[in-house]
Amino acid sequence: MLRINCPVCGLRDESEFSYGGDATVMRPAHDETSADVWHDYVFLRDNPRGPHREYWHHVQGCRQWLVVERDTLTHRIGGAVLACDGEEAR
Amino acid sequence: MTAQPNRLASGGRVDRGTTFTVRFDGHDIAAHPGDTLASALLAHGLKVVGRSFKYHRPRGVYAAGVEEPNALVEIRRGPRAEPNTLATTAEAFDGLEAFGQNGWPSVAFDMGAVSGLLSRLLPAGFYYKTFIGPGQGTAFWMFCERFIRRAAGMGRPTQAPDPDTYEKVNAFCDVLVIGAGPAGLSAALAAGRAGARVIMVEQDFVLGGSLNDEPAGGAGDRWRDGVLAELAAMANVKIMPRTTAFGAYDGGVYGLIERVSDHLAEPRAHQPRQRYWQVRAKAAVMATGAIERPLTFGNNDLPGVMLASGVRRYLNRFGVLCGRKVVLATTNDSVYPLARELAAAGAAVTVLDARKEVPVVLAAGLNVLAGHGIAEAHGSKAVSAVTIGALDANGRIGNARRIACDLLAVSGGFTPTLHVWSHPGRKPLYDAARLAFIPDESQSPNFKCAGGCTGEDSLSASIDAGFAKGAEAARLAGHARDIGVSARADIKETGWLRDASRVTAFTGGKAKAFVDFQHDVKTSDIALAHQEGYVSVEHMKRYTTAGMATDQGKTSNLNALSEMAELRKLAIPQVGTTTFRPPFTPVAFGAIVGHETGHHFRPTRLSPMHDWHAAHGAKFIDAGLWERAWYYPRAGESVRDAYVREAAHVRSAAGIVDVSSLGKIAVQGPDAAEFLDRVYTNAFKSLKVGRLRYGVMLRDDGFVLDDGTTARLSETEFMMSTTTANAAKVMSNLEHLLQTAWRSLKVQVTSVSDQWAAMALAGPRARAVLQKACGASCDVSAAALPNMALTHGEIGGAPVRIHRMSYSGELAYELFVPAGFGELVWEALMSAGAEFDLRPYGTEAMGALRIEKGHVAGGELDGRTTMKDLALERFASRKKPFIGSVLRQRSVLEDPARPSLVGLEVVGRAPPLKAGSLLFSEGIPAAGHGEGHVTSTTFSPERGTHIGLALLARGQTRIGEVVRCVDLLGGSEIRCRVVSPCFVDPEGARQNA
Repeated sequence: MLRINCPVCGLRDESEFSYGGDATVMRPAHDETSADVWHDYVFLRDNPRGPHREYWHHVQGCRQWLVVERDTLTHRIGGAVLACDGEEAR
Repeated sequence: MTAQPNRLASGGRVDRGTTFTVRFDGHDIAAHPGDTLASALLAHGLKVVGRSFKYHRPRGVYAAGVEEPNALVEIRRGPRAEPNTLATTAEAFDGLEAFGQNGWPSVAFDMGAVSGLLSRLLPAGFYYKTFIGPGQGTAFWMFCERFIRRAAGMGRPTQAPDPDTYEKVNAFCDVLVIGAGPAGLSAALAAGRAGARVIMVEQDFVLGGSLNDEPAGGAGDRWRDGVLAELAAMANVKIMPRTTAFGAYDGGVYGLIERVSDHLAEPRAHQPRQRYWQVRAKAAVMATGAIERPLTFGNNDLPGVMLASGVRRYLNRFGVLCGRKVVLATTNDSVYPLARELAAAGAAVTVLDARKEVPVVLAAGLNVLAGHGIAEAHGSKAVSAVTIGALDANGRIGNARRIACDLLAVSGGFTPTLHVWSHPGRKPLYDAARLAFIPDESQSPNFKCAGGCTGEDSLSASIDAGFAKGAEAARLAGHARDIGVSARADIKETGWLRDASRVTAFTGGKAKAFVDFQHDVKTSDIALAHQEGYVSVEHMKRYTTAGMATDQGKTSNLNALSEMAELRKLAIPQVGTTTFRPPFTPVAFGAIVGHETGHHFRPTRLSPMHDWHAAHGAKFIDAGLWERAWYYPRAGESVRDAYVREAAHVRSAAGIVDVSSLGKIAVQGPDAAEFLDRVYTNAFKSLKVGRLRYGVMLRDDGFVLDDGTTARLSETEFMMSTTTANAAKVMSNLEHLLQTAWRSLKVQVTSVSDQWAAMALAGPRARAVLQKACGASCDVSAAALPNMALTHGEIGGAPVRIHRMSYSGELAYELFVPAGFGELVWEALMSAGAEFDLRPYGTEAMGALRIEKGHVAGGELDGRTTMKDLALERFASRKKPFIGSVLRQRSVLEDPARPSLVGLEVVGRAPPLKAGSLLFSEGIPAAGHGEGHVTSTTFSPERGTHIGLALLARGQTRIGEVVRCVDLLGGSEIRCRVVSPCFVDPEGARQNA
């Protein structure tokens, strides 16, 4: 069972969270009209081996979305920051 | 003949002052406190305790611990009956009842032994090969399955409900120590002295591990007692005997099973049977010791062939002498202390040492044959003789001769018990010097290992290592303090690695030689796998099933690997190992489930009006976690009678239904309207204050996610509703957008689903009921409250927000009440409605009404449909982008052949339509995926027939056509006419009244 260090609530079991997918992809601008851009954002993902940043939602805690670093091979959890503190996609 | 012919008059660690009775297959067996079931059976002289899995060969007790492959018995009768229990770890208690498995009529005399005669037809892989081939079909196979199923399996579980309770505990500690042998005790001592919070678990019911295999009362016992006394005085150390660490997981989390009352006839009042502990440890020290490796030779599975370490434990811990004419076969030094102890207990002992040279100091006074091994054991249901001979360099026996014996104890060295360390996907390293796979701590910085499980064969080194690792673990957890030195135990050591022979398999006998006892896997099966190309260790495991039984290969893994390595002419590490997975030993489902069973399996969400529904005879149905009123039957009514009556009443008079489970989200802020415009397909900026609008929400890929009605309460405040099923998902999505891509929007979203009770009041008399209930507090006339508008009022003194909107197609209102007032307002409405014959209706009737109107719900919003499929295109704005607006226009989603929403009406008298039925045109064979499927069905009170909604290819162009609705699973077919999905009042006159 993974243990995630929520910046608001502290070190908690993964069962309090809901996985939210790849955090390295940027959502296109809301008024983006290119189907190719949307297609790539919705359907294409890299499958990296090693440290990876991904979204986790602390649904049973503060309900903040976090960006968590997890090693896809060893499941070792690195840092976790609030999504709203990180990089912005307009 | 005494009742316990094999029990010595003294020695061991059992309490001979008390004797009680256990029963095995109907025989009374004497036992003492401190016995296991196996030690009592052996003291009694019982040889055959079971029959093997495939060949029904007689089997006896082989070892004295969790590695036991043969002595699987069923203990207890009735609802507590437990099959496949190891007799070697089951604590004996007064009245314990046990039964042999897999033998009929008994294990002593088993008709199933005939399958042993068929063994040439039943090698590894026979199942895969026997039933394939051209022209056979599956008829022959299915015929044989009936017998195979009956013969297969081991042990029978009870069918009765479990009468016991189980608990689940969450625990935290600095250092978890697994194993209370010399290394584990030392680790706990060091960590405890350092001030760390320590939990030490030991699966046995006594502490001390291998120290308890030495003759009682010696230096080992004194050392153990000294350490335990110091540990007992430490408040920061918790010792848990009868507790198995069965799994190591990510994040430093470990699973333990504490057997609270397995050793009692029944749990005491208010006592659980077992506890499942989920422990989060900052560091761990594993000190699980090592398991002896069997020797492989002909008939090595006969009762009376045992592991030497097991024989020693029965002698020194339980005071049981397992045989009087003993042959000890070994590759290493470890059996010599046992040889002397057996001789001192009165047995005649012969030692066969595979090595050409045995030091005089070991062999002095004993009958030792150096350079000798075993070709074959002999005996019908127990060993009575062995064929022995001189060994060549490859393990071949020559100069064979027979000698009599009644106990054959074998030792092929020791294999570290590293299973728990490897659970989180860690691969052990092969250490040629230690002849074993050992843990590689560089892969596990917070998980240390000490003692036998690291391949250590010296007791003093194990104690020192345990102490050092315990201190390191405590330091990792933040506790560093001067802790002194580890105490030494003044015990004479026998390190088994000295000059140990690598050859553990002897050939030269004709009889079957077993590698995996529990699954009856022979050396010839491994040779067969090799011959057929299944040479990788993963293939060999699955093809032969070696290592796949409940013992997970504890005594067979290394021998199977080494056989395959021989055949492939590779070194063992090149063949590799398979992965060990939790649990280390079998775990009862009840322990994992704990109290979360039946009604407590998931949380239950109840409406604020739940008690009223229950008091008025409602039957409930689960909608996710919610319990919703399903129908309110009158005496003798079926669900169908009830919902048809309820729905008809709504259309003719008035009904009220509880819709509190709908998702409700408060969307607030200066940018709230902009936010909704982006999220919904239709325009919300233009929604006036005091109005409602139906909205559709898409996913980014253009498919419909959810629908709902959103009300504008002010310039900056909206109340969004979602379907019950998608409430959590929609809320999560909105939060995600606002916390990532759209952080610049000034919007707050709050789930208020539980804060508002909601009820729908529908029917031609709905307005009259509502006006009476509201009194002078508000005007709900048609002019004052037109369709899709909202107003505020008071009912029974409680504030109410009234939305005029219709799901049923009748004149209808949805009322939102602060949850605490829900029941009060509901009752006030029922009271006001009495003169209008207002009646409650449930979700089944609500479903019938919405299907009659063609409103889409869960069956249609299944994540595979688009707005176009569902005829909702008119809700897609052309003036602004929204989530999914680009990808919904992919050409593949515009294909006119895609299934689109239609209504179906059953033709003639026919059974009810089944949701999920596939649709086929007339005259076309019902094969393949068809042209669509039925999504929702109901009996229509309005039409007097069964109807449904469906998705049909090119549906819009096929109105009037008759199609076949085929239920391929149930094997039935109904003909339906394709009609418009709106069956009632298509102009909407009723809801616009």
